[in-house]
Amino acid sequence: MINYLWLVPALPLAGATINAIFSRKLPRWIVSAIAVGAVGASFVVSLLAFFTLQGLDEHQRVINVPIYSWIPVGEFRVDAAFLLDPLSALMLLVVTGVGLLIHIYSMGYMAHDENYGRFFTYLNLFVFSMLVLVLGNNYLLMYVGWELVGLCSYLLISFWFFKPEAAAAGKKAFVTTRIGDFGFGLGVLLIFTTFGTLDFAHVFKEAHELFKPGAPVITAITLLLFAGAVGKSAQIPLYVWLPDAMEGPTPVSALIHAATMVTAGVYMVARSNVLFELAPLSSEVVAWTGALTAIFAATIALVQMDLKRVLAYSTISQLGYMFVAVGVGAYGAGVFHLMTHAFFKALLFLAAGSVMHAMNGVIDMRHLGGLSKKMFWTYATFGAGALAIAGFPLLSGFFSKDEILAAAFGTNHLAIWALGLITAGLTAFYIFRAFFLTFRTTPRWEVEHHAPTDSAHAWRGPHESPATMTAPLVILAGLAVIAGYVGMPKVLGANFLEGYFEPVFKPHDLHLAASTEWMLMGASVIVGLLGIATAWWMYEKQPDLPVKLGKQFSGVYNLLWHKYYVDEIYSAVFVAPGYKLAMWLWQFVDVRIIDGVANGLGYATAACSRVVRGWQTGYARAYALMMLIGTVIVIGWLMMR
Amino acid sequence: MNLDLNLQVIAPALIVALSLLLVLLGEVFLPASQRRWLGYLALIGLLGAAVVAAMLWGANLSGFGKMVVADAFGLFLTLIILLGAALSVLLAFDFVRAHQLDTGEFFALVLSAVVGMIGMVTATDLIVIFLALELLSLPLYVLAAFKRADKRSLEAGLKYFLLGAFASAFFLYGIAFVFGGTGTTNLGRIAAVLGASPRSDVALVGMGLLGVGFAFKVALVPFHWWTPDVYEGAPTVVTAFMSVAVKAAAFGAFFRVFLVALPELAADWRALLAVIAVLTMTLGNVAALLQSNVKRMLAYSSIAHAGYILIALVAMGVNGAGSALFYLLAYTLTNLGAFGAVIALSDGTRERLELNDFAGVAKAQPLVAAALTILLLSLAGFPPFAGFTGKFFIFGAAVESGWAWLAVIGVLNSLISAYFYLRPVVQMYMVEPAGGWNRLRVAPFVAFVLAIAVIGVLALGIVPAPVIALASGGFLK
Repeated sequence: MINYLWLVPALPLAGATINAIFSRKLPRWIVSAIAVGAVGASFVVSLLAFFTLQGLDEHQRVINVPIYSWIPVGEFRVDAAFLLDPLSALMLLVVTGVGLLIHIYSMGYMAHDENYGRFFTYLNLFVFSMLVLVLGNNYLLMYVGWELVGLCSYLLISFWFFKPEAAAAGKKAFVTTRIGDFGFGLGVLLIFTTFGTLDFAHVFKEAHELFKPGAPVITAITLLLFAGAVGKSAQIPLYVWLPDAMEGPTPVSALIHAATMVTAGVYMVARSNVLFELAPLSSEVVAWTGALTAIFAATIALVQMDLKRVLAYSTISQLGYMFVAVGVGAYGAGVFHLMTHAFFKALLFLAAGSVMHAMNGVIDMRHLGGLSKKMFWTYATFGAGALAIAGFPLLSGFFSKDEILAAAFGTNHLAIWALGLITAGLTAFYIFRAFFLTFRTTPRWEVEHHAPTDSAHAWRGPHESPATMTAPLVILAGLAVIAGYVGMPKVLGANFLEGYFEPVFKPHDLHLAASTEWMLMGASVIVGLLGIATAWWMYEKQPDLPVKLGKQFSGVYNLLWHKYYVDEIYSAVFVAPGYKLAMWLWQFVDVRIIDGVANGLGYATAACSRVVRGWQTGYARAYALMMLIGTVIVIGWLMMR
Repeated sequence: MNLDLNLQVIAPALIVALSLLLVLLGEVFLPASQRRWLGYLALIGLLGAAVVAAMLWGANLSGFGKMVVADAFGLFLTLIILLGAALSVLLAFDFVRAHQLDTGEFFALVLSAVVGMIGMVTATDLIVIFLALELLSLPLYVLAAFKRADKRSLEAGLKYFLLGAFASAFFLYGIAFVFGGTGTTNLGRIAAVLGASPRSDVALVGMGLLGVGFAFKVALVPFHWWTPDVYEGAPTVVTAFMSVAVKAAAFGAFFRVFLVALPELAADWRALLAVIAVLTMTLGNVAALLQSNVKRMLAYSSIAHAGYILIALVAMGVNGAGSALFYLLAYTLTNLGAFGAVIALSDGTRERLELNDFAGVAKAQPLVAAALTILLLSLAGFPPFAGFTGKFFIFGAAVESGWAWLAVIGVLNSLISAYFYLRPVVQMYMVEPAGGWNRLRVAPFVAFVLAIAVIGVLALGIVPAPVIALASGGFLK
């Protein structure tokens, strides 16, 4: 029916291909026209698909669009096929919509970069990969997208590879997420052994028919899948790559490391909701991982001085909220927060990028301050985003966060609810701390300090960014303000989203009394406002207070400033011994390193022929001996049985 | 005994042999300046053989007293070998001239090895397999040492020869034991005898020794010792040829002998080969992690890939053999392409083989860099390339036959492998270039090989269905 669906991923792929081949020879405006046009067209097609889907009867809103038979092996086959249902349709809109805005923003942000074409090639390739991940109708295609977005993320984090930190950050992201990917791969393998198929529809149908809640194999599958989500969506203990990933260009942080790729884990859990419903233990693990990550990352964000890193820890923390939602079974709430977060977090990142743009690359808040007068649009839009994430009443973050907390409360996860509520207060505090330090307070920069080396781009003080950058900010700010109204609590009015996800998720009715809902909402509002007020008091009103507090509680402060020393611990416990193990294994198997040294020495010797012949035959003899030992073992094994 | 001299069955090998004779004659009669034509002659022979092999598809002929067959399994491998040889010849055109190697002899030796390889994958008698094994091995010993002025090349040839002779002796000894235990060397009859009689230790020892011979040729741990030295020392074109064609030929005979002659003993060999597969994959990948020389890294990588293919043998059945065929084809294209890229980046006789030699290639040679990136990602099993579908096919076969734990270790290994395959990519894209790139011109033949490899790798990854169907038809009864 929706035969044109393949266009959605195909257009960005075409854009990436064209720019990969021709971008060197094309002027920049054509390069950007191709890249932005491809994502824009993809967005239009997505809209078309979305409204076509909405036009159908509720029970018809799950459409499989086969493209071709991909890997047919005897009885078993995996198709290259897409799945359009309310969940994937919403994800399409988020990915292509936010993607489009960030593409437009990048035209301004990357204008002076010499690798302009390469940047847009990667960016289009990423959008393609993310769309494959979202649209695939089976776990294998999802895995393909899953791996490809990881690759794009790696390429884009280390885009400015001449910075050693950027190259190292890319590597760290790749290595860390691959640990999770291993779990995900095993989960897919286990689904295959259990069900003999990888199609979502078949797997979910059979899981429902064959297994009772709590079946061990389903628990194992879901835990393995969740391991993938922990890596990709930066949860404890694999979150360490995301803060470092901020070394990439800021549009990348906004698109990949805030709005889309990092939410892939949430999408995957929501997509697999049938399996997670059958595995209460796994769901509990998901919810607790989310809750602990949420508060853990929020505490680190309290003291960081790098604006982008504050936002990175904030993303980790907000992803934690989403996992709380899908963990307690409120899949709709999780995806709702995914969407609102995509808007306000992309906005905050892009605004931070605008600050960097204005400040000639400076992002350390100790050297910012007072920018509100210099860049009104950035200031105003960042403020809107900050209010949204802080859960200010009637903005998008308020509705989506409130729904998650209500779901945790309503399913008797009171401890998780309490953690979530505290995190909400911390969130409001750290984001407004960043807001005041960046845009208010006395300026802590002087023009001379940033004197650049080449005079062509001489920095003449902060200035507002071009319209290509501020326009996306304004649009995202609008979305961050209003997007929440699709999912209003019932006490306030109609909830569009509740029925929207009907064919994908079982309806999730909490049966909360109206008074309870009001009470929960009131608690969130109070905590949020308290956080904002505290930040205002400490940074705007009493700017000496933070320093004093930091000195007084230097133990806690240092612990948070050093991010609980997790990087150092990982390095000592895993990285160093891992390297030693590999080295030892290699030398154990293969003593060739000595060979190499001997080789070098042999050639260095002028009268080498005799020497070289001597050890050559010696080594061949040693090899022959090893082969003989191997043969004896093989024959011995066969005889012993 | 009915000696049905059914020449049709061995027609592909005959055509290659004929072109071999013509190349040798040409070497004698053509002036040195005209010897380039010998390469074309070799190519024509390989192409002709491929056409004939394709025409034999589906006929299931056998001949010479059922010592040779032209079944789907053998023909599929014949085509892989011919493809590998043809691409190697293309890579060799400019290589032999730049390195001042004897053109005619080089192509003649390649062709004679190909005759042996085709013999190996179509033989159904242990004696013929042994003859073919020797016919493929001897030219390769010479080819490994073909750069006579280079000590490393000579060393490689000598090592390969000494250890290869050792392995051949084991293999022959194994044939003797199997003959002693069963009274025959025909694969089908061996199976029949083993099925009808009680377990015989003599046959078991014979099987073990045959396995050792194969394990040496395909470089399985702990019989892999020669591989890094020989791959590094041999001329790069020869390494490229060896790493794919020998593997295809030896694995073909390995599968045929174990699946056709020795299925009765499967309970004995499956667990053993599973352990060897684990060792081979793990040690190959871990050792590759620590290499700074690209040729050496690819040598360890080829060891690891032998481990993956061995999983398919353990899996047995239609999908076991089929996935091995598919994987060998994917591996042949990918690995030859990767070596092709290494050759493309060499400057006359100066080869760039250290990792940091690859710095900044993306700026100087964007197309070669992109091609090598795709090929390395495919070797790492990254979607949507041939290596991904191939691994999925093999691991799926293992899971279906109840060897899920082996697939798990395979998945873990392919994740590890991504780290070293990406190291040249990082160098090419993320390090500023050193000098000396601007003079580089990629020879048209080498560029052609790269294009074929990349297109093949993409096609086998994105639309693998037709090839999967052909490979699955190659099931051994």
